[in-house]
Amino acid sequence: MTTAAENIIHPMEENVEKDVKEIILELTESPNVLDVECISPDVFAGKTLEDIKNLPVYNGKKKKVLSDFFKISGEVGDTPENTKIIINGDLSRVKNIGKEMSSGEIVINGNVGMYVGALMKGGKIVVNGDADSFAGQQMKGGELIIKGNAGNYLGSSYRGDWRGMKGGTIIVEGNAGDEVGEYLSGGKIIIKGNVGLLCGIHINKGIIIVEGNADGRVGAEAEGKGIIVIKGKIKIGHVSFLYDGEVVNPSINDDTIEGRYYKFIGDTACRGNKKTVIYASAEHNEHLLPNNPLPVSNTDIYELMP
Amino acid sequence: MELIIKNGYVYDPKNGIDGEIKDIMVKDGKIVDNVSKEALEIDAKNKVVMPGGVDHHTHIAGSKVCVGRMLRPEDIRRNPDPMAQIPHIDRVMMVKRGGGGFSVMPTWTTGYRYAQMGYTTCFDPAFAPMGAKHLHEEFERTPLIDKGGICLMGNNWMIMEYLHDGELEKAAAYVSWLLNATKAYGIKIVNPGGVEAWSWGKNITSGRDPVPYFNLTSNEIIKGLAEINEMLELPHSIHLHGNNLGHPGNWDTFIDNADAALDVSVNTVSEREQVVHATHVQFYSYGGESWKDFSSKADAIADYINKTKNITIDVGFVTLDETTTMTGDGPMEYNLYSTTNLKWANNDVGLECGSGLTPFIYNGKNPVNAIQWAAGLELALLIDDPWKVLFGTDHPNGGPFIRYPDVFSWLMSKKARDEKIAKINKSVRRNAIIESLDREYTLYEIATITRAANAKVLGLTEKGHLGIGADADIAIYNLDPEKDKLNDPETIKKAFMKTHYTIKGGEIVVKEGRIVNPEHMGKTYIVESEFGDKEIYKDMLNDLEMKFKKYYAMQKSTYWTGYEYVPHRKTIKVGYKGD
Repeated sequence: MTTAAENIIHPMEENVEKDVKEIILELTESPNVLDVECISPDVFAGKTLEDIKNLPVYNGKKKKVLSDFFKISGEVGDTPENTKIIINGDLSRVKNIGKEMSSGEIVINGNVGMYVGALMKGGKIVVNGDADSFAGQQMKGGELIIKGNAGNYLGSSYRGDWRGMKGGTIIVEGNAGDEVGEYLSGGKIIIKGNVGLLCGIHINKGIIIVEGNADGRVGAEAEGKGIIVIKGKIKIGHVSFLYDGEVVNPSINDDTIEGRYYKFIGDTACRGNKKTVIYASAEHNEHLLPNNPLPVSNTDIYELMP
Repeated sequence: MELIIKNGYVYDPKNGIDGEIKDIMVKDGKIVDNVSKEALEIDAKNKVVMPGGVDHHTHIAGSKVCVGRMLRPEDIRRNPDPMAQIPHIDRVMMVKRGGGGFSVMPTWTTGYRYAQMGYTTCFDPAFAPMGAKHLHEEFERTPLIDKGGICLMGNNWMIMEYLHDGELEKAAAYVSWLLNATKAYGIKIVNPGGVEAWSWGKNITSGRDPVPYFNLTSNEIIKGLAEINEMLELPHSIHLHGNNLGHPGNWDTFIDNADAALDVSVNTVSEREQVVHATHVQFYSYGGESWKDFSSKADAIADYINKTKNITIDVGFVTLDETTTMTGDGPMEYNLYSTTNLKWANNDVGLECGSGLTPFIYNGKNPVNAIQWAAGLELALLIDDPWKVLFGTDHPNGGPFIRYPDVFSWLMSKKARDEKIAKINKSVRRNAIIESLDREYTLYEIATITRAANAKVLGLTEKGHLGIGADADIAIYNLDPEKDKLNDPETIKKAFMKTHYTIKGGEIVVKEGRIVNPEHMGKTYIVESEFGDKEIYKDMLNDLEMKFKKYYAMQKSTYWTGYEYVPHRKTIKVGYKGD
């Protein structure tokens, strides 16, 4: 059996013969906070190194240039597609890397701050470390791979907005925090580890696959036709999701997910919606069946909170 | 400081000046007829000169707007004009301020954007009495424009009880006290009785329904407040948002509500002629019985306005944008929310009023929204006298004020309307008559509906015109009425989006579309009311004391908004002399 993650076609790998130029950014000074909307193949492509060094960044409310914080070397391609940006260093206080990028590639060797790949339309970002909250926020396309853990609001909507991630793929090798895929309305989020509370809150389309455990309240306030697969244990069930039988090897779009799953539909608290489906692994989730008393009391939720 | 604005085409409807080439002179913040040689010369050759714009109805400050800012953080990212983000030193907090936002925005951005469009006076039409301090604190931080607040009174327990008991004078004494206590400018009525009914989850849908627990009808509230308004000789008339707003077939409710006030005769310190100003009437111009046979009844309303004296309206154009709706009409906002299911906030202000907010996306492809767009324009095009139909989108309910130039283009150009009609839902051809209307507004009429008439309706004698003694609030637009095509949509939009100059109180605040004087703060218009009959006033105060003791969430002593909240003010004295 192949996992869904392996089935994804990597557009960059198909085009290896392309003349991809690499530019390397080395973090020289650790900022307290830094906003770098300019680090994106779309902005870099076709520019000279000198131009790139002078791109504006915001250190809090102070406007500075990229070379104040990074040592920049290498070459850039003439189009975004053949531009690859490699960033080294601890970027955990650096925000908005790859914002709105449409193609090309960014490789981050280290931890990265908030909003990595926000509003991304295409291309690929690989984070060889942990990502902070709001990674892949309102993504429309492309691929975001996080080798470490992700923070809260992975693949979410903007604060207050009801239009979440619409397309593309996010893969997290480690764990993710709370509210993964908030208002998800397309695309796919795969988490190899565990997730926190409220995974898939307000989901209305798209797919979330969690290979580990979920803390609870999965799919809360789901209004549309989302799909959430939890291969581990859902610690706290959701009373407004109804049990809809046991399914063996459920198929999701073109993929088949192997194993026995309990199917739940809801969130019935939202205008009686029954179109969002949660598949919870039968092996770990017997406690969610309707005839079982709730094994975890509502007060225990406080223990789960950090 | 002295200024002379030379050779512009001047449009000043109050003084009957229609595009004459004329010099305008300014000294010490006022229009004068003579200046010294030292006066700074501004060349307005081949440009349009108008009085500074007056927006008499725009939700820009106070508790409700602030809830809107909290409810819609995502709106702040939609910044149509980053140029408005000019850092401004807050005089109170001593920090730099800026901001974005499309339909709800910080006070700073509000002032900058209005000034860039040539507006210099903006009135918030609905603030909660208990939120008065909040309103004035925000006004004090809204730069470049003069402000004023109209106080919500249509669901006030004190007023409803007095009117029910037939004690009009006591009600007037209370209104007089409340105007002073909140530093308000006028009386606003929103869904009279209906917002109070909403406290019990109910609503009232016509002027003749009794208000639950108070046993009087909403038309009686409207009539009573109109009488009180004229007793106190207020500069502005009652400002009416009636029952049943935004529902199919509500046009006759509007006429019924408006009729209730018309028997009252005008008695005021100002020049206004109307006894009732009905606001955002577009939202009342609906026929049909359900959303399925929804149609525009703007022709019936326009006919009524054309025939009726003593009434003025403003339109509340729908600009077909994603916006935030916010009104004092709590039940109406809940109904709107239940059609969109996005998010919703509700406020209940104990004993006084309430409000509701929800985001709304007006989509031209939706048959209802397309007709709403048409109904607003039909009202403006079918009412003959531009002094009776004021401009406004009920910002941000029909659309944000940043979209005013687009509405000007629809009013001034049939071509612009036809282009829009081709893009939106075909229902607009079946259930509205917009397509058959050929009228195109002239610059003189635009100046009337955006400045002169607005100032007159509000009772601001030194605003909205360029006569001697008027406030030196002037907008100079990059538009040549001789050479430019005045019915070309793009020309109109470009000209009205950014002024060549905006002059506020005799100071240049905007030059070539850029804010050059971000520190200039306007003043707030308030009324100071004196109630002559001391006996009645004393009785009223005793009743009020009991209300505070029994029901209010705060004490009477802390309720009062002092002058320290309104340091930059212009006071208009009003009052009831007693018999």
